[in-house]
Amino acid sequence: MDLSSIRKLITRYCTGEESWVDSRTVYIGHKEPPPGTEAYIPQRFPDNRIVSSKYTFWNFIPKNLFEQFRRIANFYFLIIFLVQLIIDTPTSPTTSGLPLFFVITVTAIKQGYEDWIRHKADNAINQCPVHVIQHGKVVRKQSQKLRVGDIVQVKENETFPCDLILLSTSREDGTCFVTTASLDGESSHKTYYAVQDTKAFNTAEEVDTLHATIECEQPQPDLYKFVGRINIYLDRDEPIARPLGSENLLLRGATLKNTEYIHAVAIYTGMETKMALNYQSKSQKRSAVEKSMNAYLIVYLCILISKALINTVLKYAWQANPNRDEPWYNQKTETERQRHVLIRAFTDFLAFMVLFNYIIPVSMYVTVEMQKFLGSYFILWDDDMFDEELGEGPLVNTSDLNEELGQVEYVFTDKTGTLTENNMELRECCVDGHVYVPHAVCNGQILPGAAGMDMIDSSPGVDGKEREELFFRALCLCHTVQVKEEETVDGIKRGIHQGKSTSFYISSSPDEVALVEGMNRLGFTYLRLKDSHMEILNREDEMERFELLEVLNFDSVRRRMSVIVRSSSGEYYLFCKGADSSIFPRVVSGKVEQVRARVEHNAVEGLRTLCVAYKKLTHEEYEETCRLLNSAKLALHERDKKLAEAYDVIEKDFILLGATAVEDRLQDKAADTIESLHKAGMKVWVLTGDKMETAAATCYASRLFHRNTQILELTTKRTEEQSLHDVLFDLSRTVLRQHGSMTRDTFSGLSGDCQDYGLIIDGATLSAVLKPTQEGTSNGGNYKEIFLEICRNCSAVLCCRMAPLQKAQIVKLIKASKEHPITLAIGDGANDVSMILEAHVGIGIMGKEGRQAARNSDYAITKFKHLKKMLLVHGHYYYIRIAELVQYFFYKNVCFIFPQFLYQFFCGFSQQPLYDTAYLTLYNISFTSLPILLYSLMEQHINIDILKRDPTLYRDIAKNSLLRWPTFIYWTFLGIFDAVVFFFGAFFLFDNTTFTSNGQLMATNTQMMFGNWTFGTLVFTILVFTVTLKLALDTHYWTWINHFVIWGSLLFYVIFSLLWGGIIWPFLNYQRMYYVFMQMLSSGPAWLSIILLIIVSLLPDVVKKVLCRALWPTTTERIQTKRQCLTAEQSTIFMLSQTSSSVSF
Amino acid sequence: MMASSYNAKDEDAVGSGGPGAVKSKKPDNTAFKQQRLPAWQPILTAGTVLPAFFMIGLIFIPIGIGLLVTSNNIKEFEIDYTGVDMFSPCFNCSQNYSWNSTSACTCSVPFTLDQPFESNVFMYYGLSNFYQNHRRYVKSRDDSQLNGDKSSLLNPSKECEPYRTSDKKSIAPCGAIANSLFNDTLELFYIHPNGSRITIHLVKTGIAWWTDKHVKFRNPGGNNNLSIVFQETSKPVNWHKAVYELDPSDPENNGFINEDFIVWMRTAALPTFRKLYRIIQKKKDNMTPTLPPGNYSLEVTYNYPVRSFDGRKRMILSTISWMGGKNPFLGIAYITVGSVCFFLGVVLLIIHHKYGNRNNNADIPN
Repeated sequence: MDLSSIRKLITRYCTGEESWVDSRTVYIGHKEPPPGTEAYIPQRFPDNRIVSSKYTFWNFIPKNLFEQFRRIANFYFLIIFLVQLIIDTPTSPTTSGLPLFFVITVTAIKQGYEDWIRHKADNAINQCPVHVIQHGKVVRKQSQKLRVGDIVQVKENETFPCDLILLSTSREDGTCFVTTASLDGESSHKTYYAVQDTKAFNTAEEVDTLHATIECEQPQPDLYKFVGRINIYLDRDEPIARPLGSENLLLRGATLKNTEYIHAVAIYTGMETKMALNYQSKSQKRSAVEKSMNAYLIVYLCILISKALINTVLKYAWQANPNRDEPWYNQKTETERQRHVLIRAFTDFLAFMVLFNYIIPVSMYVTVEMQKFLGSYFILWDDDMFDEELGEGPLVNTSDLNEELGQVEYVFTDKTGTLTENNMELRECCVDGHVYVPHAVCNGQILPGAAGMDMIDSSPGVDGKEREELFFRALCLCHTVQVKEEETVDGIKRGIHQGKSTSFYISSSPDEVALVEGMNRLGFTYLRLKDSHMEILNREDEMERFELLEVLNFDSVRRRMSVIVRSSSGEYYLFCKGADSSIFPRVVSGKVEQVRARVEHNAVEGLRTLCVAYKKLTHEEYEETCRLLNSAKLALHERDKKLAEAYDVIEKDFILLGATAVEDRLQDKAADTIESLHKAGMKVWVLTGDKMETAAATCYASRLFHRNTQILELTTKRTEEQSLHDVLFDLSRTVLRQHGSMTRDTFSGLSGDCQDYGLIIDGATLSAVLKPTQEGTSNGGNYKEIFLEICRNCSAVLCCRMAPLQKAQIVKLIKASKEHPITLAIGDGANDVSMILEAHVGIGIMGKEGRQAARNSDYAITKFKHLKKMLLVHGHYYYIRIAELVQYFFYKNVCFIFPQFLYQFFCGFSQQPLYDTAYLTLYNISFTSLPILLYSLMEQHINIDILKRDPTLYRDIAKNSLLRWPTFIYWTFLGIFDAVVFFFGAFFLFDNTTFTSNGQLMATNTQMMFGNWTFGTLVFTILVFTVTLKLALDTHYWTWINHFVIWGSLLFYVIFSLLWGGIIWPFLNYQRMYYVFMQMLSSGPAWLSIILLIIVSLLPDVVKKVLCRALWPTTTERIQTKRQCLTAEQSTIFMLSQTSSSVSF
Repeated sequence: MMASSYNAKDEDAVGSGGPGAVKSKKPDNTAFKQQRLPAWQPILTAGTVLPAFFMIGLIFIPIGIGLLVTSNNIKEFEIDYTGVDMFSPCFNCSQNYSWNSTSACTCSVPFTLDQPFESNVFMYYGLSNFYQNHRRYVKSRDDSQLNGDKSSLLNPSKECEPYRTSDKKSIAPCGAIANSLFNDTLELFYIHPNGSRITIHLVKTGIAWWTDKHVKFRNPGGNNNLSIVFQETSKPVNWHKAVYELDPSDPENNGFINEDFIVWMRTAALPTFRKLYRIIQKKKDNMTPTLPPGNYSLEVTYNYPVRSFDGRKRMILSTISWMGGKNPFLGIAYITVGSVCFFLGVVLLIIHHKYGNRNNNADIPN
């Protein structure tokens, strides 16, 4: 079944008025609940068959054809083909049918092959055995026969066959470890929990006795969200209800690790699993080049239609004289005569359309696709972008956007993990203003300004000591770090005892690992979580045990997390850590001022700061908290909202303990990359969730802001003093004054010396700016516009305190601004996905925060620095290549078809084609296809090294400069000029002279006449040579492949023509080309005119190029010229080396 | 134990990345994949293009002069014998036209050659406003019938409509092209100063492409007994005689392989065209010109109607050179292009001197 139709079905049911479809009820082991509780409604669920294939054997042909003809170009050619079949047209249906057939077949074979592979993979998955518990016994079943409600047993290292709710595990505490590497790329082990009340059902027999139902939401694609409830019917009538969350849900595709076996119940099967729902194809992004291409296509379509119209009208005007319409030597058939004049006119119009249809080349789409597909391999193959550490190179998820990489104007980058390494280390912690530095961190580096700091030995008094230890304990307890146990079988925690703890803490947040590791260095070691007890080793190597009662997980809105623990002495503590902005307002006591000062100091240094606070709870308070939390957790609807409300109530009235500072080092060459991007004319925006000071420090370090950059602040702090309105106007005035005086500089694109502006804005202000103004537009327009105006004049913008969605909002805002700039978003974490999807080009970094960003991106790289080569070299090349490809394709088809158009004026508008069918068919397929394809793969107008060294070259191609209308018109007129030269050159040879052959070829010395096919062949020969040589003139990078293809295709044309005219082809019903080509070549004037006309056609382009280069050179051309001057002396050596290396190739 | 050992291996691969994994994913470092193939990188600058322009100029101008001179040396004489004008000799014939008339209308057109025509002289007929390149016309033929295919002879291609059958018999050769075969007969007489008319011998073979005559066009069943072969067919409606009567005197020039017919069947590219009609071979002695200057008379058997479509009929006499017939266009074009190139070369030279240095200078501070 089709995936999309399922989704439609689901959404239809989900949005339906009936409430029961909002959630589903699963009967574990298919046992009915005790009577009376609820009516037993057997719901129907799909089986566990995974269908990722698109086609089946019998629907492949119709469905594939349908899919292919949905593409507008294919449909156009199909229409042309059908017209050719139906009416009497000048060219045989094969001329358009053959290329179309070729394209369709190749695509169908490719898709069919891919689908066959998918079928095979599906079958392998669907038929792999799973263990199901039936009547207390373990039964083997094929995976596809699994049904919702089945109890499944999964063993270690097996993959879950569907989405399961964990009931019990082999481990006593009801946990199991899972790696979701194949789902989101995170290879770390995550802990999942069995429902407390079922974890005792450990064996197959026991599980079979379990009587429970699960209510959960209908399947939805979010991997990290799940809401459900389990009702367990024990002996009593009253069922026990327990909440189910994503920590209970084992996803299909994940693998069980470090756990012997588990029992779980299937709740989502087959195409309803979250993995299957995530197979959705991302929305198609289209590149600017593609848009220009489509615009050109429309122009050409108009040209085509007007050509056909003109010819039709002229035909009937010309035919008004019956002796012209039907001279005695050329009578119509009876049926033709009887046809109504309108029908005749319409068929004539269609016939002209068919005659000129080649102006929109079918092969262009194929060539563009091939160019993109093959071209993307150069990114994959790039040695410079290969990361030795990860052992991985870049990924290309779509090749549609290759050329867009050369068009980027705005770069939106995440900070953590993108600009920085996301390799956190605890630099210091500050307890009540006293600073502690873990020794190991320093590793030889001297912290600037560290000399004057309080060190650990100058520790405060007894009271302080207590606070200090509480602080350390808080950090040891308040986290979700898991300890990776090396050898559970032996029960030896070797790693921790040897102090090699670094490799064993696992967490989704690297900050937490850094904190726990830092604590380890400061003397407090977190050992593990065992039986809901967190064990820590204090300075005196004593084991302390805290019972973990509740975890209030981190989320990016609250920006904090909390744990509630009970110490061995029975005291309840709530520890909370989080961003300063979210902690300080909730603090009631503690040395806030000192801590705040330190936090700010650290933030300026570029460190990530977290504040730690606690409060003691009484038993009653704890009970109240539990109640709050449980009611929120049990809610099926809007659970998130209710939880957030509960958290808000619980997390307040803190006592501030201190703050931590974690350093996140800048990535290798991040600053260099940012500088290059700036020079290349791109505006770099940093979007981060971090606090302003930290982010600003990183920006300075990464040279996003320079010393002389004037920073404009648009933050809550400022908007508190002044109204947003005034601030915005102030800023825009500052910026615009400068802009006005520097207009010329900025236009020339060399505004290096003028005053730089950098803008800092925070999330809260941004949302205020983006909010539609209530007062209407009376006060000088929308804030949005003013804001955009300011941004436009700032070379760098830093947005801090951003929520993930806000990142996407910013990207959208810029995208929609009136210049419609091309945006690129780069990030590494799940919080960047929205902006990666939103931007024109999304780039993911395969970093520490999993693969989600990389999965959703268009391209994925391993390090931020690779962006430089990706954009400046690959993007630049792709762009110039495809720009030439598109322009050239239109050019060569104008050259091809325009003579046919002119010929109509001399053949009584009778749709007589100028060229033979074979030439019409093969022109785009074989005579002129390969040179441009290879050009578009190999061309390098400037060397890679120069492109990397001189980023300003990127400005030369900015704003789609090679595909603007003037360029397009130039190419079109060049094509028309060439066509006129071909046609009238040949025309004058034929018209007023006896254009003849002296017939030496066949040893008869006669004067033989040439007919219309010779005329066409002459034009065609000149045409093929001219367009190929035109490409040769444009080629700047002649490898042996280019030589081979360009000269090879010319040679192929000659050989083909000789062959085509050399034989009486028995399967053809006409022999019009017989010996035409040879006879033509045996004539001296033909040779002379071919040479002459080729030179005349190429002349204007050469002159234009040379003049432009001499008078108005672009940067690119200057560098080319300079390089040539430089290499002139070394050319002999270079030539020698070239020949030697080409021989070795 | 099994599980733990497996686990350890797994960790290896996931962790820092085993050497094996790195090798398999690392791209090959070949010149092609790294886009560093050795390459020749030419750039079109004024400096590089200049010599080419001068070269083209220097080569093209002499060629053009040579072509022009050759073309001018070719002698060509053209006479319109349509008979539109009241006083032209063929006026009567052109008026009295009807396809059915059995008696041929003849007229004689006198003309004078001022210059002698040396070597072989080629005689053409020319038609104007005759759309031989009309699509309906061009395709109205059956190449397999003309190639001697027996089944096509009796069942010609649909493309021949409406000239496919007549009187329920298939037409051979079918189609509009064959049907409208040019059927004027042109004869040439030299009026000796003493008043006697000397017939000039016109050779009617060797005027078609060798390959057409010997390969593409073939009589069905060989060249003998053509009347029997064509028994089941009927002649094209506009023809006065059947295809096997085109040249009864010469079996090698009869039927489909009649050269006048073959020449006609090669459809002209443009509505004004000329076709080779006869060859006047040079005298054996080589001393007297083939056509000495003097008075001539062109005797026309006027069969071919062109007035209905405002056509014109001409007779052309021409000598040839190594480059074919009279052809001033090519020579002029060569001279023009050569001069333009030369001129552009000069312009570029100036520009190169003026701006070339400036660019390089401007580049240095960058």
